[in-house]
Amino acid sequence: MRILVIEDDREAAAYLLKALREAGHVPDHAGDGEAGAAMAEEGRYDVIVVDRMLPKRDGLSIIEDLRKRGDMTPTLVLSALGQVDDRVTGLRAGGDDYLAKPYAFSELLARVEALARRRKPGEVETVYRIGDLEMDRLSHTVSRAGQPVPLQPREFRLLEYLMKHAGQVVTRTMLLENVWDYHFDPQTNVIDVHISRLRAKIDKGFGEPLLHTIRGAGYMIRDGAR
Amino acid sequence: MTALGRVVRTTAFKLSAIYFAVFSAFAVAFVLYISYSTNSLLTQQVESTIAAEVMGLAEQGRSGGLPAIFEVVEQRSRQPGASLYLITDVSGRILAGNVSRVPAALLERSGMGPVTVPYQRSAEEGQRMAMVQVLRLPGGFRMLVGRDLGEHEQFRAIVTRALGWAVALMIGLALVSWFFVSRRVLKRIDSVSATTRRIMAGDLSGRLEVTGTGDEFDRLAESLNAMLERIEALLHGLKDVSDNIAHDLKTPLTRLRNRLEAALAGPEDTASYRATVEATIEESDRLIQIFNALLMIARIEAGLPDTAMVEVEAGAILRDVAELYEPLAEEKGIRLTVRSPETIRLKGNRELLGQAVANLVDNAIKHARAGAVETRPVEVTVSAAREGSNVALRVADNGCGIPAGDRERVLQRFVRLEKSRSAPGSGLGLSLVAAVVRLHHGTIELGDAGPGLTVTIRLPAG
Repeated sequence: MRILVIEDDREAAAYLLKALREAGHVPDHAGDGEAGAAMAEEGRYDVIVVDRMLPKRDGLSIIEDLRKRGDMTPTLVLSALGQVDDRVTGLRAGGDDYLAKPYAFSELLARVEALARRRKPGEVETVYRIGDLEMDRLSHTVSRAGQPVPLQPREFRLLEYLMKHAGQVVTRTMLLENVWDYHFDPQTNVIDVHISRLRAKIDKGFGEPLLHTIRGAGYMIRDGAR
Repeated sequence: MTALGRVVRTTAFKLSAIYFAVFSAFAVAFVLYISYSTNSLLTQQVESTIAAEVMGLAEQGRSGGLPAIFEVVEQRSRQPGASLYLITDVSGRILAGNVSRVPAALLERSGMGPVTVPYQRSAEEGQRMAMVQVLRLPGGFRMLVGRDLGEHEQFRAIVTRALGWAVALMIGLALVSWFFVSRRVLKRIDSVSATTRRIMAGDLSGRLEVTGTGDEFDRLAESLNAMLERIEALLHGLKDVSDNIAHDLKTPLTRLRNRLEAALAGPEDTASYRATVEATIEESDRLIQIFNALLMIARIEAGLPDTAMVEVEAGAILRDVAELYEPLAEEKGIRLTVRSPETIRLKGNRELLGQAVANLVDNAIKHARAGAVETRPVEVTVSAAREGSNVALRVADNGCGIPAGDRERVLQRFVRLEKSRSAPGSGLGLSLVAAVVRLHHGTIELGDAGPGLTVTIRLPAG
């Protein structure tokens, strides 16, 4: 997918572009706010990654301009600030996601891919299906191989988020943000324990495991047969 | 800059000058007004006296003719404190009266209102002022009737003197106020600037003098002292941080470097490189975590915008955190319970309060195991209760607790008690909690749960 990276730090940008290319994407680079705004206006990107503090022009104003013109290209805001109030201002300006520097590339990649997925139009899916795992979002029921799997409300939301992003890496922070609505970093990996509980319910005793741990990145739910 | 220039530039001098100018202006205006109105009153009185005299003499003239007027004038002229009279013939020769000399032209201007002119009573006396009216009598005679204005002049002199005194008094008062302001008041301001200079020079323990009178200078000194207290605390915090960064960040950084160095020197095989790189990423993630925690604390201590503080429910915050940690606790064989019997609202930031409670629960789960007796189940309890006008959020465990002497210390950044050094963590958890509590204008207290540790956060209820 086409990704515009607006970032003034040459080294960081070069690394980011290389890594995105290796992940199979087509990234373009803009080194300052004005060039970035001009390229963003062309409107041919699936995701825009923009640093908040840029020479010549503030990153948030670029997003604001896009939104004013009705351009809803998903944007990921990068910032060295990254605290509660900054995230709020970033999202209020029209950014879709917010990532604080320093970040792990796997985190950025997972978020960029999640953003691109979000953009896909179409009706809201009421049933998610991965292999023989099925989730009915209306009746709040989950079944695997036809057998009902009872889940706690939070486990349901966790699985729902994973299934929504099936085939994509979902990081621990993404889960914490989207399932628990917390933006801090718990000192212990509490998410891992929730995942292993969920795994015990949906994978244990069934043939093919669906919920996978991606080392150094996060988790992914996918149909192993595919 | 000369000494005079310095004096002129002081606030005391400027204030005194302004006082002086304002008071003088008032005094002059007041005296001028009084003298003007008294003057016009006196003039009116003289005019009406003259008019009455003229009328009286005219009466005499009508009944007895000129001789009668002459007689009356002669008679009245000799009385003490008499009005002024003068009768001349056509050639200007004085026939009767008590005035020896008036301006010659005056007697030609008869039939007009009273005018003020100089005159002499007798040749030996000096010139004086009088208000006179000239009348034409039958047969070319002229008559002058008037009043001496000596009283008038005297009054004017009194007023002038009063004005002089008033100005002198104003100068005196201005000098006194200057003295008072500069000595009593500005001296204290000078002492404030002297103290601040000393503090800027590096003596952070310096404080402003509070005299105990409770005046505005005391209040100013108290607020400035409170500010200095805070600055000193912040600077000490900063110093502690840099000391601790040196210690706590240098260790993992050194480890990181050593590992890479060892990999470089070791066998060239992908598997071992891979393992090193993975371990390095893990280590650097931990470093990032520490930096983020530090940054977060700094941001919280710098304060949040008011919009970030909304009404939240204490029980909901506890339940959310407990729900997040419950599987972890269960995995470690710890029972995590929430007690929040009533709905308690308070003004705060859900995210930060959640993080504070999460840090406490995290700590409790990590450390409750240590020192736990085999036969006793390990428990962590989070609870919310109303305490007067406060909300008390409590996280208690039944582990080994913290010795009373160490309780203050663990709230500081990077402080980790010796026996917990091996456990993972940045040593910033509790200081972040303390920063969040300060932001919410609350207090934090570490107590004995007998056995175990109780951490109580008290926040003002909303």
